Amino acid sequence: MTSPLEQKIKITGPVVVTANRVGDGAVVYRRADGGWTTDLHDAVVTANATIARELVFAALADGLRAVDPYIAPVTLTRDGEVRPGNLRELIRRHGPTIDLPVTFGI
Amino acid sequence: MYLYDDLDRTLVTERVAEFRDQVARRLSGELTEDEFKPLRLMNGVYLQLHAYMLRTSIPYGTLSSAQLRMLAHVARRHDRRYGHFTTRQNIQYHWIKLEELPDAMADLASVGMHGMQTSGNCVRNLTTDQWAGVAPDEIEDPRIWAEIVRQHVTLHPEFSFLPRKFKIAVGASSHDRAALRIHDLGLRLHRNGAGQTGFEVMVGGGLGRTPYLAKTIKPFLHKRDVLSYVEAILRTYNAFGRRDNIYKARIKILVHELGAEAFAKEVETEWQSIKDGALALDPAVFAEISGRFRYPAYARLNDNPKELTQARRAEARFDAWMGNSVANHQVPGYSIVTLSLKPEGGTPGDATAEQMDAIADLADRYSFGEIRDGHEQNLCLPHVAQRDLPELWRALDAIGVATPNVGLVSDIISCPNLDYCSLANTRSIPIAQEITRRFHDRDLARELGRLHINISGCINACGHHHVGHIGILGVEKNGEEFYQITLGGKADEDAKLGTLIGPAVPYAQVADVVEDIAAAYVELRERPDELFIDTVKRTGVEPFKERVYATR
Repeated sequence: MTSPLEQKIKITGPVVVTANRVGDGAVVYRRADGGWTTDLHDAVVTANATIARELVFAALADGLRAVDPYIAPVTLTRDGEVRPGNLRELIRRHGPTIDLPVTFGI
Repeated sequence: MYLYDDLDRTLVTERVAEFRDQVARRLSGELTEDEFKPLRLMNGVYLQLHAYMLRTSIPYGTLSSAQLRMLAHVARRHDRRYGHFTTRQNIQYHWIKLEELPDAMADLASVGMHGMQTSGNCVRNLTTDQWAGVAPDEIEDPRIWAEIVRQHVTLHPEFSFLPRKFKIAVGASSHDRAALRIHDLGLRLHRNGAGQTGFEVMVGGGLGRTPYLAKTIKPFLHKRDVLSYVEAILRTYNAFGRRDNIYKARIKILVHELGAEAFAKEVETEWQSIKDGALALDPAVFAEISGRFRYPAYARLNDNPKELTQARRAEARFDAWMGNSVANHQVPGYSIVTLSLKPEGGTPGDATAEQMDAIADLADRYSFGEIRDGHEQNLCLPHVAQRDLPELWRALDAIGVATPNVGLVSDIISCPNLDYCSLANTRSIPIAQEITRRFHDRDLARELGRLHINISGCINACGHHHVGHIGILGVEKNGEEFYQITLGGKADEDAKLGTLIGPAVPYAQVADVVEDIAAAYVELRERPDELFIDTVKRTGVEPFKERVYATR
């Protein structure tokens, strides 16, 4: 697999940088101040490939707090709400689309 | 049950201590993810979509009640109160925190369990028939041989960095319940014409993007030679297997490209140089290992006691459950009971901590404290006195594991899918759940008879879709989920890969397609007892294809 550092970054719409938190694997998003948040609405959203590249490079250098950062698509609603851009990111954001067994009528 | 010795306990305990140190160094920043990743993978720790995932092996599918209680404890203390039983006799925890993993592993180690060799390019957890030691059609207990091989390959330095992962299954029955032909190496105990017991050796099976059934490279191998021959296979694979392309690195590709005969010749050459050396199995070693398997002290009982026949007459639900969840045992008066982890609308293979605790208690009361885990993602109680079956059924029914669907259309194998897995690109579990709802009518399901549906959420085929009677493979197209349908696959002694019936169908249509296929089968079968798989074999997939695509 090609390292993200060697990949040509091509984006076609708004994106965020996402990863998993080291301690518990939770889904996190890169903030403007260089920190990480579990809230997608606090993430840096950009449609600029250069900025996206800088964000992911900075995230890669931050291996102590987050694992395997990458650029993920998002969509913006008319009122500015940020939403995951595909099913995979939707599931990462909101959890499984199925009921977990504990809630399944046992 | 197999009784672990001090060496086993020391090995597992030391590994926990090593991993605790590695986790501490990762959390402190002393280890980078690149440095830490191979260490966590050696212990079965993956990073999935939402969290770390811990895979714990259940060697040859055998669990004690104490071990199952510990699995429940780990689910409760370190995860979200459930575990997922996989298609390779493992359990996976999907929400575990890295900070808590050393403690979870210490808990598991206290009952001899671990995640070693459940990941990475090594010999993975050895699997067998979940009915090993109790199946009437078995010639001897295959778990003894699985344990002998397991001990040899555990932490074997020469086989810790193979070109790719290597999966071994061992069986000893005329009916293959261990899916031997879809393993990198399948070992089938059988008797030759002279009445001697030995192994048929099958190599190069596997599913994924390039599915192959294993080919027999040695029809009869003396039991004494099993370790040297396995060693020769692994050395040949290590020497010739490709390391330049991950998609061509499995032994199935090597066997296919070299040809089974040429591969067998290479193995034979290697084997001749080692077969009479230290790896020739010493009878004392066999006696030592086989002697550590403990078997129940069965009572002298008769088959079909009156309590059982009366209960079957009195309770239709019990009778239906008996019909597909209870199998004959080697010992008169006893039965093998399969516990369905496939409730209507549930996730195939999932069990809650409360269910695991309850099953452990029932195993103590009714099955000499032993539980089995099969590759079809159900559990078994292997030693149940038939007189106890009515009472056991009521207890199982109360905890939701007595759905009378074992072997039927809703007994679906499914991978963890896009809801959990970072490799998957589509969902399979919601598809399985919808199919179970469509076929919730027990009479309809019984009318259809034995019908295995296997679903994978990506080409890696963890849901064994190639060998499902109906196989369903999710593929992503332009951000949408589509599903390819295959028919006619099977993983038993007559293993076969399914045939694709046509273009992929959208997510919302999959359950409709399965209903159409089931309806076509009912019309096409020659007799009510002609199984689905036999109808497909007789007619081919064309009539099913016509039915499915007539209106699509």
